[in-house]
Amino acid sequence: MSMLELRNVSKVYGEGATEVDALSDIDLAVERGSLVAIMGPSGSGKSTLLTIAGSLELPTTGDVMINGTNVVGMSRYDKARLRRRTIGYVFQDFNLLAGLTAVENVSLPLELDGVPLKRARVQGMSALDALGLAHRAGRFPDELSGGERQRVAIARAVVGERSLLLADEPSGALDSVNGEAVMRMILAACHGGVAALVVTHDAKLASWADRVVFLRDGRAVDETLPPQPPEELLSQQATNP
Amino acid sequence: MSIRHSLLALLSEGPKYGFQLRQEFEVSTGDVWPLNVGQVYTTLDRLERDGLAESDDLDTDERQRNFRITRAGEEELSRWLRTPPDLTQPPRDELVIKVLVAFRLPEVDVFEVIQVHRRYLVQLMQQWTRLKEDESHFDLAFALAVDAELFRLDSVVRWLDAADGRLRRFHLEAAEDRTVAPPRIRRRIGAHR
Ligand SMILES: Nc1ncnc2c1ncn2[C@@H]1O[C@H](COP(=O)(O)OP(=O)(O)OP(=O)(O)O)[C@@H](O)[C@H]1O
Ligand SMILES: [Mg+2]
Repeated sequence: MSMLELRNVSKVYGEGATEVDALSDIDLAVERGSLVAIMGPSGSGKSTLLTIAGSLELPTTGDVMINGTNVVGMSRYDKARLRRRTIGYVFQDFNLLAGLTAVENVSLPLELDGVPLKRARVQGMSALDALGLAHRAGRFPDELSGGERQRVAIARAVVGERSLLLADEPSGALDSVNGEAVMRMILAACHGGVAALVVTHDAKLASWADRVVFLRDGRAVDETLPPQPPEELLSQQATNP
Repeated sequence: MSIRHSLLALLSEGPKYGFQLRQEFEVSTGDVWPLNVGQVYTTLDRLERDGLAESDDLDTDERQRNFRITRAGEEELSRWLRTPPDLTQPPRDELVIKVLVAFRLPEVDVFEVIQVHRRYLVQLMQQWTRLKEDESHFDLAFALAVDAELFRLDSVVRWLDAADGRLRRFHLEAAEDRTVAPPRIRRRIGAHR
């Protein structure tokens, strides 16, 4: 059973003349331990797909299975619990709470889920540390740079025992070294069994994924083939320098 | 990739044998650009001919000869390091030509052609990235060389994205004009979609 499965998902915003087909007939499965990237131009439906996968919005038609349970038809309460326990979400605009410090932001989902404060903070600190931000733990979001805020948002998404990680442009404000650190962190989570779905414009980041799906006008138009062994690159160069 | 100057750089550290130069070249580029022995010796011969490197005994077998850099070689190396590669001429890039041709041909869907190349490039980037992922393989020279390859491929993907956006806008504008456009043009644009 896949960790996440979208079945024939469509999303229409607005009505009549202002109707927008943001997504059409999307079928997509993300397995435990795998990293899938979504690439597509602005307005192609990437964020819409991710909010639906994260149960923050319902599809107009189709089903969204998270760990085998259909989100469509679930009560508000059950969805909220599912999001807190199972889903780590990095929003395109980071969505940090202004009144909380970096480490409080990161450990909040754990605390909400009943993890004792002290333990939640320790886990929060280690997630920040992994992204090189331990020294910023006590700062409030408006005292951080854009790239630092982004890394705090990522730490918040990966902290705890989440099994589905959804990230919308997780490296938007980051330089390439920090962008790589973020992808390594997401990949490490995948190696620990997490299923991850990452939206990005950046092919360098998408290329960390096992599979890249290309979105266009709300449709999945293409995807990469299973990757070739990398060693081939080196031997090719040897015969053809 | 200038083998000539890379060998000069290795010689600037001290005298070396040919086989040694080959090994060190491969290590210093993180094994991303393997060299064959033949290339090493032809290059060394040319360096010698041009007075940029020298060896003691011209009679002995190449493999026995110890090479060192000359004064002129050091100057050449210093000059080369600071000379920008020629990026002024637009490259006659095969991919650019393919997209231009696809755009002209009414029976070809240029967006589909762009996507074929985009997918191929991203797959190639996945392969390169996988080399970085395995950290046991990871050393600095290797990471720098792989990054260079990834940035190069990435710039091609970006060009495809830009071309895609530009062509798309062109088609949308053309579609808006369609009501007033003569039928002949209408047919051509319709076929592009
Ligand atoms: N709440 C909404 N109401 C109406 N239309 C919406 C809404 N959210 C998104 N859309 C429309 O749906 C389409 C897809 O939007 P989406 O945000 O998913 O794109 P995206 O691929 O994430 O773009 P970007 O790369 O710019 O973030 C767009 O045409 C957008 O205008
Ligand atoms: Mg978006």
